[in-house]
Amino acid sequence: MSVLIIAEHDNKSLKPATLNAVTAATQIDADVHLLVAGFECQTVVEQAAAVAGVTKVMVADNAVYEHQLAENVSKLVVEIASGYGHILASATTTGKNTLPRVAALLDVAQLSDVIKVESPDTFVRPIYAGNAIATVKTTDAVKMMTIRSTGFDAAVTEGGSAEREVLSQVIASDRSRFVKEQLAESDRPELTAANVIISGGRGMGNGDNFKLLEGVADKLGAAIGASRAAVDAGFVPNDLQVGQTGKTVAPDLYIAVGISGAIQHLAGMKDSKVIVAINKDEDAPIFQVADYGLVADLFEAVPELENSL
Amino acid sequence: MKILVSVKRVIDYNVKVRVKTDHTAVDLTNVKMSMNPFCEIAVEEAIRLKEKGVASEVVVVSVGSKTCHETLRTALALGADRAIQVDTEDGLDSLSVAKLLAKVAQEEAPDLIIMGKQAIDSDNNQTGQMVAALLDYPQATFASEVVVESGDAQATNEIKVTREIDGGLQTLAITLPAVVTTDLRLNEPRFASLPNIMKAKKKPLDVKTPADLGVDIGSNISIVSVTPPPQRAGGIKVGSVAELVDKLKNEAKVVS
Repeated sequence: MSVLIIAEHDNKSLKPATLNAVTAATQIDADVHLLVAGFECQTVVEQAAAVAGVTKVMVADNAVYEHQLAENVSKLVVEIASGYGHILASATTTGKNTLPRVAALLDVAQLSDVIKVESPDTFVRPIYAGNAIATVKTTDAVKMMTIRSTGFDAAVTEGGSAEREVLSQVIASDRSRFVKEQLAESDRPELTAANVIISGGRGMGNGDNFKLLEGVADKLGAAIGASRAAVDAGFVPNDLQVGQTGKTVAPDLYIAVGISGAIQHLAGMKDSKVIVAINKDEDAPIFQVADYGLVADLFEAVPELENSL
Repeated sequence: MKILVSVKRVIDYNVKVRVKTDHTAVDLTNVKMSMNPFCEIAVEEAIRLKEKGVASEVVVVSVGSKTCHETLRTALALGADRAIQVDTEDGLDSLSVAKLLAKVAQEEAPDLIIMGKQAIDSDNNQTGQMVAALLDYPQATFASEVVVESGDAQATNEIKVTREIDGGLQTLAITLPAVVTTDLRLNEPRFASLPNIMKAKKKPLDVKTPADLGVDIGSNISIVSVTPPPQRAGGIKVGSVAELVDKLKNEAKVVS
């Protein structure tokens, strides 16, 4: 049985999280299909067809799918679901929004945030904010799951030559309407895909002080993140939040500045390869997970770090 | 408008979780339990809509064992009008819970269903979307703002919800009846006062069973094992920025 992945994109480019889902899918079955539902999304289709491991790309290109509303995309997936043993999406806000709707319509359960494929019916996922790891077996006819991108390597973006199929179904959703979007603009790498992340917490004091992190971020090619405390205090927008209720990251290097290390924050970053903590409170819980801890005033240590890189 | 809010009793978010030594589950004996934080936000939002005169009645519902009466009483003390317990064992999967909640919603016919975006124990983030699908209602998940403009909801039956998405924020207009799931930033929940806790004891609490609701619950998912996550090896403290940079370059080799 083939695996279907709902591709994530913004009508212009395929989102990197889809590539991690492709890797997860290839560990289940060699026949991996991607569904691209969007509007004027031909470049996304080109990118999707080139991904190594993808055998078929299905395209639903219509204005009704422009914002990939859960109401219409879920019904579209249900229409093409027969013949698939597994249906996957990335565990991003888009995947989390849509996939449970598909599962309920198909009357099957769903596994969220899968981090490992044990076999085609047994999967591993974190529970209790990552404080326990559950191995679960499902006997559902269609196995639905969202894939946590930090659990799988990204598939190679070239070399594939997938077959293409155009879907003609037009499913309008008359009870849900897109009004507007306010996206945070940034030249830095996307948080979930960055190799290096420097994050600030409540200890930063105010939003202006986050500029201190920019110098280090520029030198390391890092993304900037934040703890929930920093977001709630209004220092930075919430899409920078790393944690159970924000983004889950696993970069090579994670530098936590002025972050105490609450359970909810650790859930989002403790799989990072190397963790550095800079905090003036030597009893802060962050030091229990940090590979390298520096007890110092961040307002002195961060500029010094920038200068010595 | 009538609002239905679902609440879940979960391990308190401050508790350090212990996995049972036989690796079958997390140990919940003698552990502090509380209302799921996202559910508290859902209750608060419903009560604020009532205080604004938008909502006329707030009904809270919880699926689980008798112990969830405590959670329902908490919601009543915060300002909900009445409560429903759907009597089941604890720990049903999201689809079963969604089927039970959808049946309660069909009986109650609310204009708006508000739920937390996820429970902090199972971390599924599924139930709201599943309820919406089963009822064929539109959904607005991860809400950070719910706007019911005066007259708007009556005239067009539409509300505007701002959602937290990966790149920033997105605003949708959805037609009632609908399901909204809450993100943490939607509001700051209040505390229940002692007089309100006393008053809540007199508010109605109905008990229903899955059989009453005509829902057959069963799951195709089984837990093979629950294990503690891999422990990180203890790190070291460095004395200076220079030493830190040296370690990152020469020991960890993550900085070139």
